[in-house]
Amino acid sequence: MNEIDDELLQQAHYWMRLTRALDDRGTFLHKQSKIVGGYFSQIGHEALSVAAALSLGPKDIIAPMHRDLGAYLVRGLTPRRILAQWLGRETGVTRGRDANLHGMGDLSLGIIGFISHLPASTGVITGVAHGIKLKGEPRVAMCFFGDGSASQGLAHEAMNWASVFKLPMVIICENNQYAYSTPLSRQMAIEHIAQRAAGYNMPGVIVDGNDFAAVYHATKEAVERARSGGGPTLIECKTMRMRGHAIHDNMAYVPKELLAEWEARDPIARIEAELRARGLLDDAKLAALLARIEAELDEAQAFAEASPYPDPATVTDGVYA
Amino acid sequence: MTWDQGLHKATTVLAGEQGTRELTYLEAIRAALRYEMQRDQRVLVMGEDIGVYGGAFKVTQGLIEEFGEDRVIDTPMTELAMIYAAIGMSFEGFLPVVEMQFADFISTGFDAIVQFAATNHFRWRQPVPITIRAPGGGGLRAGPFHSQSNEAWFVHTPGLKVVAPATPADAYGLLLSAIRDPNPVIYYETKYLYRSLKGMVPEGEALVPIGQAAVRRSGEELSIIAYGAMVQEALSAANELERAGHSVEVIDLRTLKPLDEAAIVATARKTGKVLIVHEANRTCGVGAEVAAIIAEQAFEYLDGPITRLAAPDTPVPYSPPLEDAYRPNAAKILAAARELLAY
Repeated sequence: MNEIDDELLQQAHYWMRLTRALDDRGTFLHKQSKIVGGYFSQIGHEALSVAAALSLGPKDIIAPMHRDLGAYLVRGLTPRRILAQWLGRETGVTRGRDANLHGMGDLSLGIIGFISHLPASTGVITGVAHGIKLKGEPRVAMCFFGDGSASQGLAHEAMNWASVFKLPMVIICENNQYAYSTPLSRQMAIEHIAQRAAGYNMPGVIVDGNDFAAVYHATKEAVERARSGGGPTLIECKTMRMRGHAIHDNMAYVPKELLAEWEARDPIARIEAELRARGLLDDAKLAALLARIEAELDEAQAFAEASPYPDPATVTDGVYA
Repeated sequence: MTWDQGLHKATTVLAGEQGTRELTYLEAIRAALRYEMQRDQRVLVMGEDIGVYGGAFKVTQGLIEEFGEDRVIDTPMTELAMIYAAIGMSFEGFLPVVEMQFADFISTGFDAIVQFAATNHFRWRQPVPITIRAPGGGGLRAGPFHSQSNEAWFVHTPGLKVVAPATPADAYGLLLSAIRDPNPVIYYETKYLYRSLKGMVPEGEALVPIGQAAVRRSGEELSIIAYGAMVQEALSAANELERAGHSVEVIDLRTLKPLDEAAIVATARKTGKVLIVHEANRTCGVGAEVAAIIAEQAFEYLDGPITRLAAPDTPVPYSPPLEDAYRPNAAKILAAARELLAY
């Protein structure tokens, strides 16, 4: 981690801690029945989503999915708007129209809202990257998809298109071992999804998705390649989904040893070990940071809970532009 | 560039004489594409074989020479990624027009249309100003996968607009409107009419508004409501009936979503007898919705059963006797109209 400077490391630490705290807050609010419907935890994905988002510039575009809470936060979506979204309020990102992390798009922040039909993000971002290339702008488009949606035809179609037109695009595959209950062995007959990059004649990179520095370096390099006209890159981040597919899922199908193995590789523990080794973090500083984050989330939750629900009379609003 | 920064304002409006010219239905589509591409740098077209080859039906012939390969994009054979790419390009400020080589192939891009494009503005208020050209319809002995009229799939989906021009002037004017509309528009063009139908087409800004039906022929005793290729068939039948002394009205829906309810209700109340015709399959076709609108809003004016003439619920057959049995035409419309007139 030595190549990451102290300031960036501390910044990443804040975002990763905020991501986990907001995720925990969501689980808590769901247990209180304040968040209804489904809830998707991203525990274990903090390093990769924060690192990938931090490797981009302000005018770049991302198409994240439901495990990328960290990327939304880094791009500037506030906990206020996110909590109001989860609580179905008018002040939420989709004004109560879409659920949990779905649809949390805001192009003024360079974020495309996703749909459940993963990997739709790969297709849409292909068009964004194509548009950027036509305009000749030094910008980059990045999308996220998973090991499950890697089996969908669109992932192939989009990566093929991106390479044919040599688009400024970075494709992040979050290989978190399970697509709902389906393990990798039922998803593919190869060891690494990144192997498929060879079939598109683009670089395929494999990184430890729980290592902030590893993901940051890989994405930064891919972003620079894309920005300088070098075309797309597929980056496979190896990680583990530490909770069920959604909150209802006790994931009894996941071997306990596998979870224990990944628990020992927790991305936040690892970045904190590095911060302590550099003398940038101690127990008191961590306690202060966590208190600051809890206060920020308390304020955001209060805002969300005080926000009105959408007016039922507006149910048909916005179907058309 | 974002939507709010005036994406919808024309960058240039071509000056020049605003005359009319006689064009085939196909030439009118090409003229609309050329006009929009000359007028607005953000308009681009893409599809399979549309550039160098000029398109399977030659609709886009000459465009790549005039506008270059950045704006006339020959794509890989991938309708799903193509429509998703169009959505992404629209987020970058472009106004893409995607050609499905045949309307039949639109099913491979279904997710992008009905899940993403159609719901996007409702969910996070980002418009998706894309146009999808879908060459549809039968009568050309092209079999089950090159003849479909699958517009009802999209008419059922909130967030989409669906148009189906029946004349060269409408083919031109509705395409202009579709490209400039901030919503995803599926533009059903009728292959059967490509070279068989000619008509006068205005030049320049001759937009046909989306959502407005046209009275093609005014009459008193019976209304025939049709769209696409069936409008010409309905007009033939109406002329034949006129020779027998009957006064028949023909309504061309032109837009299938949103339907022009006022025009539908007005003609039903006027004549009291309605025959709805389309070459799409019968069950849950556009005609079913038109019939429901009339039943709800013109019930007391009716002098006979609302009648539908549509293709049977089968795939489109290839062999000429089978396709002729499948597809409505002027003779079948005439028979159905006579029965309804006699009711």
